[in-house]
Amino acid sequence: MNNACILKNISYRVWHMWRRNIDISLVTWKTNVIPPLIEPVLYILAFGIGLGAYVQKISFDGQYYSYLAFLAPGMIAVGVMFHATFDTMYGAFVRLRYQKTFDAVITTPLSAEDILVGEILSGATKGLFAGAAILLIISLFGLASYPSSLVVLPLSALAGLMFASFGLLFAAMAPYIDNLNLPIFLFINPMFLFSGTFFPLDGMPAWVRLAANLLPLTHLVNITRAATFNRLTPALLWDLLYILILTAAIAYVSIRKMKSRLIK
Amino acid sequence: MQSVIKVTDLHKNYGELHAVDGIDFEINRGECFGLLGPNGAGKTTTVKMLTCALPLSGGDITVEGMSVTKNPRGIKYILGVCPQEINLDPDFSVLKNLIVYSRYFDIPYAEAKKRAEELINRFHLHDKLDRPIEDLSGGLKKRLLMARALINKPKVLILDEPTTGLDPQSRRQIWEEVRGMKNNGLTTLLTTHYIEEAELLCDRLVIIDAGKIVEHGTPKHLIEKHLGGKGNLEDVFLKLTGKHLRDE
Ligand SMILES: Nc1ncnc2c1ncn2[C@@H]1O[C@H](COP(=O)(O)OP(=O)(O)O)[C@@H](O)[C@H]1O
Ligand SMILES: [Mg+2]
Repeated sequence: MNNACILKNISYRVWHMWRRNIDISLVTWKTNVIPPLIEPVLYILAFGIGLGAYVQKISFDGQYYSYLAFLAPGMIAVGVMFHATFDTMYGAFVRLRYQKTFDAVITTPLSAEDILVGEILSGATKGLFAGAAILLIISLFGLASYPSSLVVLPLSALAGLMFASFGLLFAAMAPYIDNLNLPIFLFINPMFLFSGTFFPLDGMPAWVRLAANLLPLTHLVNITRAATFNRLTPALLWDLLYILILTAAIAYVSIRKMKSRLIK
Repeated sequence: MQSVIKVTDLHKNYGELHAVDGIDFEINRGECFGLLGPNGAGKTTTVKMLTCALPLSGGDITVEGMSVTKNPRGIKYILGVCPQEINLDPDFSVLKNLIVYSRYFDIPYAEAKKRAEELINRFHLHDKLDRPIEDLSGGLKKRLLMARALINKPKVLILDEPTTGLDPQSRRQIWEEVRGMKNNGLTTLLTTHYIEEAELLCDRLVIIDAGKIVEHGTPKHLIEKHLGGKGNLEDVFLKLTGKHLRDE
């Protein structure tokens, strides 16, 4: 099985799988649509307004911002990460192991690659929806500049693809559903805390900054914050390049790994 | 007679285990062909290779001249598959399960709705149209699986243990359906370990055990050959596959 083979087996039928997953989310829409809208409000209340009362203005890129303004774009990136990763991580695991959805679909004209690309696309859609919802909320709080903030939308879609691929990879590697706690503990939570979401990385020791730059969320936060602050610069193309390369690599590895689990 | 499915020297290994160990058979157009064997004989493994869900370890399968290794999509368009394991979408209603499945075959919505409603009537699922799957009994779930397998108007129907675990009423209803489809000329592969089912429905059958074919022919021919025409297919089956218990 090589790269060309995976590409050859992908067809427009990925959208059939995508649509199935989106339809499922719409059946259970109360648990899928409302949390992405409520969560950021809670974060903004707790951290931005609650904690922000004790935090002085934050210096970022030579400018001073309120803590709330600093935090808000980080919440967008975090929302994209959580919703895209969890959608494929738990969703694909359940469909593979419990609901046997993939077994049902694999005997229809969809290939394994169609199914798995469809999974990544629907996970990315959840990520995009979360990103857009949070952007809307923080825009209502007056915390996003326009039109530069519109960059957040395609960026969230791309990051959604990346995190949905990570989620699919974790689902493919976990023998039991409880094993999924491990990537949350080792990967998701450290990123949540140390990717420049809650505090700027500029003042950190060099080794912390280096470590943070290995985390994909850091690069997403960098671009998202620059977009909402209207401070987009060419240097951010490096962050974008990092995300693009990692997305392609993880998508490829996750599809391979999951396919080998789906078809023995 | 023209053969629709041709299985040649089929092998499937799981590590050391030869789950399917050199099987050959052909299924003719319009025939109901039985794959009879005890638990663990390799029936589902054979079906999965035929439905392009599992790669082959050796040999070949062709359906209407298309090889599973070269043109799986072409084959999957014309197969109707009713799996042994219930894999309906539990979050969707009965109707929605059929509609969503029809999309995988690129069937336009209006046509899919028409077909789904016909199938719902035919399989007596109309009372449950909008119910979630978890509210259905085992028999209804199997009937829905069978309706789903027909949504793409298949040329070949694959039924993997369609009546296992069902009460006699549901079983009879499924038999009626299979008979009806046979009368309409649908080519069918049926796996089962219920001998009476094979005797009743199958024109020809193979008995497999431990991945190998131990006997093949018409039910009548097998009874004639092994028991001199006295007894039933179950006696033939036990004679050929032995009386020891299977642990799955
Ligand atoms: N994924 C698998 N890995 C290892 N062994 C398997 C796998 N699937 C089936 N088997 C084994 O292959 C044999 C045939 O199984 P199966 O085709 O399901 O039998 P049947 O459908 O006739 O009951 C059994 O011994 C079963 O344990
Ligand atoms: Mg079986």
